[in-house]
Amino acid sequence: MMDSIVSILNRSPYSISSQEKDAIYEDIFFNLTNHHYSNCPQYRRILDTLGYDTKKTHTIDDIPPIPVRLFKEYELVSVDRSKVVKTMMSSGTSGQKVSKIFLDSETASRQTKALAKITSEFIGKKRLPMLVIDTKEVVKDRNLFSARGAGILGFSLHGFDVTYALDKEMNLDIEAIEAFSTKHKDKDILIFGFTYMIWELFYKELVKLNKKLGLDKGILIHGGGWKKLAAEEVDNSTFKKNLQNVCGIQRVHNYYGMVEQTGSIFMECEAGYLHSSAYSDVKMRRHGDFSVCDIGEVGLIELISIIPSSYPGHIILSEDTGEIVGIDDCQCGRTGSYFKIHGRIKKAEIRGCSDTFS
Amino acid sequence: MIPFHDDNNIEVLIGTQPDLIKPLMPFDDQCCDFLADLSSILNVLPESKTYPEIMAFAFWCRKANITKIKSIYTDLDSRIGLGIVFHIAPSNVPINFAYSLVFGLLSGNANVVRVPFRLFPQVDVICSAINKVLANKKYQDIRNMISVIRYEYNDTITEDLSSNCDARVIWGGDDTIRKIRSFPIPVRGTDISFADRYSFCVIDSESIADLDQIKLIQLAEGFYNDTYLMDQNACSSPHLVVWAGHHKTETKKKFWDAVNDIVTKKYDLEAINSVDKYTLLCQNAIALEEISSLDRYKNYLYRQTIKELPANIDTFRGKCGYFFEYDANDINEISHIVNKKYQTLTYYGVDKQLLVDFVLKNRLLGIDRIVPIGKALDIGLIWDGIDVIRSLSRVVDVH
Repeated sequence: MMDSIVSILNRSPYSISSQEKDAIYEDIFFNLTNHHYSNCPQYRRILDTLGYDTKKTHTIDDIPPIPVRLFKEYELVSVDRSKVVKTMMSSGTSGQKVSKIFLDSETASRQTKALAKITSEFIGKKRLPMLVIDTKEVVKDRNLFSARGAGILGFSLHGFDVTYALDKEMNLDIEAIEAFSTKHKDKDILIFGFTYMIWELFYKELVKLNKKLGLDKGILIHGGGWKKLAAEEVDNSTFKKNLQNVCGIQRVHNYYGMVEQTGSIFMECEAGYLHSSAYSDVKMRRHGDFSVCDIGEVGLIELISIIPSSYPGHIILSEDTGEIVGIDDCQCGRTGSYFKIHGRIKKAEIRGCSDTFS
Repeated sequence: MIPFHDDNNIEVLIGTQPDLIKPLMPFDDQCCDFLADLSSILNVLPESKTYPEIMAFAFWCRKANITKIKSIYTDLDSRIGLGIVFHIAPSNVPINFAYSLVFGLLSGNANVVRVPFRLFPQVDVICSAINKVLANKKYQDIRNMISVIRYEYNDTITEDLSSNCDARVIWGGDDTIRKIRSFPIPVRGTDISFADRYSFCVIDSESIADLDQIKLIQLAEGFYNDTYLMDQNACSSPHLVVWAGHHKTETKKKFWDAVNDIVTKKYDLEAINSVDKYTLLCQNAIALEEISSLDRYKNYLYRQTIKELPANIDTFRGKCGYFFEYDANDINEISHIVNKKYQTLTYYGVDKQLLVDFVLKNRLLGIDRIVPIGKALDIGLIWDGIDVIRSLSRVVDVH
């Protein structure tokens, strides 16, 4: 199993046809599932309860996904605890439960490798001057290994002269930004940050200050979700348009990913679609019976990644909905399935009398 | 305290602050007539068609039903209401405040009812109907006995209202009740709390085997109404089905297939329901060691059979159509699970006297209600083991 994972990780992320990928994946995921089944007791109980037979071969469609919320409720590990080198946490607001993801060195290095290979496809292999729309504080405390810090560190491998656009108090450090942009004028630069923070603490502040930046050659990569921006009715195209107006950035790539599958992110291509790579896939599932949707049909997003072996996060059921737009035939030329996100599933109105006094 | 109308934090939906309190005898004629008129008005409102729970409430307070309930009481001649009852309705059940108000009225009291802060159209529909009925001069006494108010969570208001009532009725989760109890009521005051409860169901498998198609569908509809109608969140909705009798495998399938048919036709399963249910299933797979098998009717109905009933089974709740099942040889073998949390036992095909004996002979601390399948959500003047009319009135002891 590990051999086939290593060999696919050595290949370029957007060149394998889905036919070939499916064949390789069937083998990898059968084995990955059995690995987690044998090594993670909670995972085993779930599969046993669902009547999954590990001896039979299964297509990926038949392997039960783990609902993403479970990583907040349980510490799910598929290796001996002594092998765990890093624990990653999702960034939850205070009072919320956070996901805990346990990494051994193999899983951690696969994450780094997958992220590097995917990113190179969009910004090139050369390191670029990098502007991070965040504060340095997030990465200072290595004990507090948050998803935010992990994202910054992961992408920083592609940058040099890494400059943080926000100070300790999360205010715009306009001097640092201007010095950075003067210094690297007319060079390709990498800009990275989280969608909501870019909008709230970078874009809006620049507007307030009435500042324009000349980051015309900048490539912006951002992720973290649209939940808060959707509430402000800011969509991807509004986001792009406004950023271009204020700082001249023309190349913007959103990515979809979660701390439970760090590394194998789904990057937005020039045509505006999110792409699965050779290291990952998505399936949309109908909520009525979890059967797999047709192309163009909206369903719950299941995320598939070859990376996790130290925790059972290789097939995850998210709480987002989306649709597959096509497979292998995106106008950007990349192979793999490409898709759109429709957003987070709506909270149901709770009926009943187990209430809160509000 | 500050009068309602001068307090900007309080929105008054009905009435004024009760000042001169004059209680009535339980089931006073004026009160019963008022409910009958309210029932007629609600019945013909177009909005009632949109909200089946308003229809159900109207049906409940119709004249015939109130007369029938009244006839059960034989000792009301020397009873009179306590005075003012302060009601705190649950925040997520729009209609509940109306029943609570009727409880207070029928026992002869003036009432201050706090409805959920969250806006529910059902609340406004009922309040405007009540206002319409109260406009009739003959209900002058009743008018002075009803105030319905809405305010955002506010300790001062709750404290004030608590200190000025003769009885307080609290509906809600355990934390809510604890919180509200921290505000004292007068020394002679009565507190009635309707807290979080757990309910289950007993079915005799042989009676299912004998059922014809029509009766089977009726039974399945009753079960659907007990559970799916409130996404299984109501205190009286069962989470556990205990099977008695023989030939269980086939008859169980017969029953659940019929339930599933109705669910597929009627239930609006949302994506969040599926995800919640599936997540719960995975959590239970980890946490509940006694699971022996799972039957899934897609994501519409989950049945999880458990081979032994752990004493804490009441902490495992289903939602939106998720049931635990247990095969029993004798009902008495499950007495160990029953604790104070247990409220309603719904049944089919089992002699109800047997179930009463189950509670009494085993000297159980829980189970306050034993009703046929289909009646789980029917609210009554005896609720959670409390005789509301007698608890909210006093006796004039005459010799």
